[in-house]
Amino acid sequence: MATATATAIPEAAAPQSFDVTLRIRRFDPDDSDTHFWQEFTVSVYPTDRILDCLHKIKWEQDGTLTFRRSCGHGICGSDAMRINGKNRLACKTLVKDLKTKKAITVEPIKGLEVEKDLIVDMEPFMAAYRKIKPFLITDDIEPTRERVQTAEERAAFDDTTKCILCAACTTSCPVFWTDEQYFGPAAIVNAHRFIFDSRDSAAGQRLQILNQDEGAWRCRTTFNCTDACPRGIEVTTAIQQVKRAMMYGLEDAE
Amino acid sequence: MASTGTLYRGGVSMWSWVAHRITGVAVLFFLYVHVLDTALIRVSPDAYDTIIASYKTPLVNLMEVGLVGAVLFHALNGLRVMAVDFWERGPRLQKQMLWVIVGIWLLVMVPGTFYMMKHTIESLFGAA
Repeated sequence: MATATATAIPEAAAPQSFDVTLRIRRFDPDDSDTHFWQEFTVSVYPTDRILDCLHKIKWEQDGTLTFRRSCGHGICGSDAMRINGKNRLACKTLVKDLKTKKAITVEPIKGLEVEKDLIVDMEPFMAAYRKIKPFLITDDIEPTRERVQTAEERAAFDDTTKCILCAACTTSCPVFWTDEQYFGPAAIVNAHRFIFDSRDSAAGQRLQILNQDEGAWRCRTTFNCTDACPRGIEVTTAIQQVKRAMMYGLEDAE
Repeated sequence: MASTGTLYRGGVSMWSWVAHRITGVAVLFFLYVHVLDTALIRVSPDAYDTIIASYKTPLVNLMEVGLVGAVLFHALNGLRVMAVDFWERGPRLQKQMLWVIVGIWLLVMVPGTFYMMKHTIESLFGAA
């Protein structure tokens, strides 16, 4: 076979751009105290992200549209918002995955105070995160080498290391909407990350914190958080493991 | 200021929780009514008879079907919630468990409604 038969690869059709309408819930604290909906139509490709649509609107149509974003690649956790009624990251949601016959609705996440347009006050969320002591605590003598951990010990909390603190889970929780004091899924996930870490020795402290009235027991397992997590963390599973650790101790919790 | 936008589009698991709350409160109110009507026999047997007779009307018959439906859903979903709480595989299989309990609920309620309403239908529209 001297020459390979050239298989005719059909030229991929160039992606076509089309118009989509975004219905955005806006709020300007300086202008008036009322929220209102505003529609924008932008020309996009199916593979564009909702973040691209928002950029197009901000750069080409209305510079006052305000939203947070940093990395644009699903790592920094800045652009959690409610897209077509569900909490999603704008930078991980593609236009082709949404129904575009009607306008795509974009709203700020629920349960935290809106500061402007799609930006909410994250402070209550971060305060709950700080309360569960999200750092390694040890009470043994510092070893001269690294703290050794088996693959199995590492696997116990692997899922909950993926959190990027975007608040998509906490603000999808019906309990959190009506009770801002509730620690919320994200704080419990980050507590889980240390509670089940064999190198950490403050699991008891963290379990005690989450055993309060506003702690893990407020979870009613609606699974909205698990659906909302852009990192695919099984949030409800982690919360249930924390609950069982409070009842039976760490060894029997998994 | 709290923002109210559209309804959160949660999945079936969120709606099962909403239904669990609603049926729970509904059954609680039934218990209040039931305690009151039963206690009435010690106050006035005649009044008790009047109340119980009113339960034989088509509207109350329909409410009885609703009560059975509410108790059954609350009981079955309660078992599912317990499995989610205590069984390590529960959270992963919660949706399948929901379809199972909805299936059992329909299996009981469809013939159950027929037999519970049989007398009312016959007295309203005449026996076949």
